[in-house]
Amino acid sequence: MAELAHDTLREMQLRMLRIRAFDERASKMVKRGHIPGTVHTSIGQEAQVVGATMALGAGDYMSGNHRSHGHPIGKGSPLGPLMAELAGKATGVCKGKGGSLHLADFAVGSLGESGIVGSSIPIANGAALSSKVLNNGKVALAFFGDGAANQGVLYESMNMAGVWDLPMIFLCENNQYALSTPAHTVTSGVISQRAAGFGMPGIRVEEGQDVLAVYDAVSEAVARARAGDGPTLVEVMTYRYNEHSEGLRLGTDYRDAGEREAWLKKDPIILFRHYLASQGFSDDELDGLQATALAEVDAAVAFSDASPYPDLSVAFDDLYTDKESAA
Amino acid sequence: MTVMSYLGAIGAAQREAMDADERVIIIGEDVEANVYGTTGGGKSRSDKGDFLQRYGKNRIRNTPISEEGIVGAAAGAAMTGLRPIVDLSYSSFLYMAMDQFVNQVAKNRYMFGGQASMPVVFRSAMFYGLNTGAHHSDRPYPMFMNVPGLKIIAPATPSDAKGLLRSAVDSDDPILSFEACLLWSAKEDVDENEFWIPLGVARTAREGTDVTVVAISSSVPEAVAAAEELAQEGVSVEVIDPRTLVPLDRDAILRSVAKTGRLVVAEPAHRTCGAAAEISALVAEEIFDSLKAPIIRVTAPDMQIPFSPSLEKQMYPTKATIAAAIRRVVDLPALQPVAAAV
Ligand SMILES: Cc1ncc(C[n+]2csc(CCOP(=O)(O)OP(=O)(O)O)c2C)c(N)n1
Ligand SMILES: [Mg+2]
Repeated sequence: MAELAHDTLREMQLRMLRIRAFDERASKMVKRGHIPGTVHTSIGQEAQVVGATMALGAGDYMSGNHRSHGHPIGKGSPLGPLMAELAGKATGVCKGKGGSLHLADFAVGSLGESGIVGSSIPIANGAALSSKVLNNGKVALAFFGDGAANQGVLYESMNMAGVWDLPMIFLCENNQYALSTPAHTVTSGVISQRAAGFGMPGIRVEEGQDVLAVYDAVSEAVARARAGDGPTLVEVMTYRYNEHSEGLRLGTDYRDAGEREAWLKKDPIILFRHYLASQGFSDDELDGLQATALAEVDAAVAFSDASPYPDLSVAFDDLYTDKESAA
Repeated sequence: MTVMSYLGAIGAAQREAMDADERVIIIGEDVEANVYGTTGGGKSRSDKGDFLQRYGKNRIRNTPISEEGIVGAAAGAAMTGLRPIVDLSYSSFLYMAMDQFVNQVAKNRYMFGGQASMPVVFRSAMFYGLNTGAHHSDRPYPMFMNVPGLKIIAPATPSDAKGLLRSAVDSDDPILSFEACLLWSAKEDVDENEFWIPLGVARTAREGTDVTVVAISSSVPEAVAAAEELAQEGVSVEVIDPRTLVPLDRDAILRSVAKTGRLVVAEPAHRTCGAAAEISALVAEEIFDSLKAPIIRVTAPDMQIPFSPSLEKQMYPTKATIAAAIRRVVDLPALQPVAAAV
């Protein structure tokens, strides 16, 4: 395991706290009608998100899925424009055109989320192709769920990345359910082992609630990609605490009683807090991180609240490069 | 000026674009071996030099047979600094990548508030009229006209193929190019220097005063031939080739029909929700009062393409079916209903 500087460890915890605070607030705002539609939270999956995003460099690319507020936050996006986007405001990171399902922040290499399960995987693959052709040393990572792992386009993309030695990481966030469907009931074999068929390393991070375990595994994949040694499939075992999406009430109990409680005992933020305390972080410093995250989310909501909704006059903007082509 | 075939002109445009900008790459199935004739040597196909030798494997890439993965990767590459030309060979294969076209290629610029640039060209050949049966004979461009965010070209001449492709590669919007194989061997004098034909500007293939025929892709030469035949009978036919279907040069079409008062629209695609339907609706909505006769569409019927040559030939607009439609619009008194022509 790499020796990490105090500041890096601190930043990991801060980013996990930011994601938790952001998604908890977003969940409330959906229920109060302050965010239109719904959101999918990453609460419970913060270690997997931050371990992966912090293993990437500032200039590296990533694509996400529907459960992707955490990805840009993990990569360093400011919270205000993200929150404003969720609320459909003109100051949103996508000018209010995308919403929760389509956050993108190109400034941090976030090439966008996709509401279509599996659909954004080849986008990251294409970014890896760019890096390869332009020889600019960047790597790309696609986040996708255990559900998306059964989409054919993943395997088309893995094959292409393998045969072209693309600087690419396929990161499966295995939270063990696709909506109400337990992964083991629709998944033949082990996802990470599918890598072998494409001649690439496949790694399963069993301790996916441990941010350092994820960070180490993804860092190794990033190093391999940057060295020109091609792609890696990383499967991270994790768990979402909330319902598939906020406000959703499924009539059936698709999760075993007690399962959630067992995972709560391995909460990534609490686990890492214990670790940081053992590394000499003071309680004051650790409490301070929590307070910082909450204050940032308050500020993000204030920014969003103070922002106007987009005017109808901009509805056609960005359909094409020119306004005339939009009929 | 030099004589070029339609395929040779596409090859010339690709060569110019590859020379002009290092970020342009060509990916697709069998492009390295120049199977489809636009990435290699040989006079009648792509003139001068072999692309693989000239540009190397980094910029000329054979892909696996993975259309969805290819189209998505091209989109991701376009969003991060490359300007890919994707050779999808047969247009029927675009269906394999429908999700990527509709959900990623078309939507990403808008959905992400303008952050994504999408400079990518998807070329495909419409293999109809060559007895390849139902799975290879599609003319699917109208489906994509129904997807906001895409731009669509359908050049009908070698010059247009060359000039439009250069503009397409230079555009930061995603462009689908539909190239009819029936036009591949068409030859004409083409400027061997670089030139660009702007998207969204129609070409008047023939001037006339009595009837406007708006014709698309391989229906253009058929319409011109029909116009020449009708000229013998004293009917003056104007043939407009939109060349770009999105954005459509509405003004050119409306101006011509306002002048002639009669409209025939000919295209090789299916009838329902086709480009001809859209153009007919445009004219009916905007300048109904200028019409002296009902609009007639000459299209393929709403059915699969049969294999047998004796059947397939009858499916697409020809000089004869377009001429028959023209005769009907000039003979009929204004606004009497006519049976739809196939
Ligand atoms: C192509 C497609 N099919 C189905 C859906 C509906 N849907 C949205 S999320 C989801 C479950 C996805 O599960 P997974 O990939 O494991 O991600 P998770 O929600 O667990 O993070 C489903 C079925 C969709 N959005 N897109
Ligand atoms: Mg899942």
